[in-house]
Amino acid sequence: MGLGGGTLIGMEQDTPQTQVTEQVEATEAVVTEELLVEEISIDGMCGVY
Amino acid sequence: MTLTLESACEMHPQVALRPEPFGALAYHYGNRRLVFLRHPDIVRVVRNASTYPTLRDALAGEGVEEQRWPSFVKALSSLTTSEIIRVR
Amino acid sequence: MKSGLDAPICLTWELTYACNLACVHCLSSSGQRDERELSTEQAKAVLDELRDLQVFYINIGGGEPMVRRDFFEILEHSISNGIGVKFSTNGAFIDKKNAERLTAMDYLDIQISLDGTTAEVNDAVRGEGSYATAITAMENLRDAGFGQFKISVVVTRHNVDQLDEFKALADSFGAQLRITRLRPAGRGADTWNDLHPTNAQQRQIYDWLLAHGENVLTGDSFFHLNAFGESLPGLNMCGAGRVVCLIDPLGDVYACPFVIHEDFKAGNVLDDGGFTKVWRASDLFLELREPQSAGACASCGAFDACQGGCMAAKFFTGIPLDGPDPECVGGDGEKLLGAVPVALLPRPSMDHSKPARIKVNS
Repeated sequence: MGLGGGTLIGMEQDTPQTQVTEQVEATEAVVTEELLVEEISIDGMCGVY
Repeated sequence: MTLTLESACEMHPQVALRPEPFGALAYHYGNRRLVFLRHPDIVRVVRNASTYPTLRDALAGEGVEEQRWPSFVKALSSLTTSEIIRVR
Repeated sequence: MKSGLDAPICLTWELTYACNLACVHCLSSSGQRDERELSTEQAKAVLDELRDLQVFYINIGGGEPMVRRDFFEILEHSISNGIGVKFSTNGAFIDKKNAERLTAMDYLDIQISLDGTTAEVNDAVRGEGSYATAITAMENLRDAGFGQFKISVVVTRHNVDQLDEFKALADSFGAQLRITRLRPAGRGADTWNDLHPTNAQQRQIYDWLLAHGENVLTGDSFFHLNAFGESLPGLNMCGAGRVVCLIDPLGDVYACPFVIHEDFKAGNVLDDGGFTKVWRASDLFLELREPQSAGACASCGAFDACQGGCMAAKFFTGIPLDGPDPECVGGDGEKLLGAVPVALLPRPSMDHSKPARIKVNS
């Protein structure tokens, strides 16, 4: 199954900037453009058994 | 897997989309993978991809501007890793 | 995510305070059933609400959830309503028959708790025989063909050197390893001083996760260790009241399972408006979704990475919530420990522990 962490994919070049969230910046790339998808493990949220 | 504009793909039948202010949460019941679809445009493309012959048709049909197509192809390709999207 | 969503992404639901074990660090101080626990029908109604909210996945625990006579009924109701389940268990009730029953179910994950790769280390925390019980449950699941289950470990001062062995144990069963942070919650409040890893051991955990943790889950519970450098995978933020919460056996809704305390209770599922209203409109959750002040950590360069750590850890050790985590890797939390006299520290709201048995020598 291999549940992983957050990954930024599909950085856009010419679209208006949309809201950037901090946890996205905690993963690989510095976000300056629009995001399209971000995978987060269902186990990757603190406060759950 | 790397998709191209000529790929025919679809959202996996075990995937549920939950609307969110930023776009949608995509959850695959079979493998428990969870993906944030962070723009309404990618949500529409994911949801409706099965109704178009190719990805090119889907992007055009869903009103995505051509200069954004490479990013969308890349994003959709990444969704095949989690099996949110699959080739049909 | 920090400003919250219209519904949780997933949540923890403790089904009962009853438990056959008495682990010394139990986050819910479980042992004895509470007479006010939700009935089967009330439990099903909660699931119906979660279905309507499109909660995809819940984590069932307790106490020991399999103690409930309606355990399978609740499980089946959840799954048939499109809510996948992971349940956390000590394994005592996973005999061969139940292993087969569970194997026949879909959209179900099982997490077996284990806190040592030897009976000596494990049983010191979880009680005599509990290691053997857990291993037997794993063998039963394996023999029934269940497929991949999870082994969940609370990392302590005494098992941190067994991380490689835990990985090997998980590999031997084809299971997925999960290591999680000990919080000073429930009975953990009393044993935290003795059990929590030292700062050197925290470094050990962090380094191990970077080196070996690719397929190891953490429940995002070590995000305070991101201050050491490269961030670990996960949302890396406190999800309490924002993307996750706890429903306790009485239907009380808390920000997370590690803050079962009046100060972090948002409401009850039996209130008017049900769980939905509590999630969307309770004062507590709306407050948690406001931007949080960095407070005393504002001038620290690590704050972006560690987010000031765990609310529960701070609360039960008497550190202000806008202060450093008690296990701040920079040592800023440690200085504050002991500032509040033990007698004045917040105590868990309820204690369902079984009375200690006193041996009488005849």
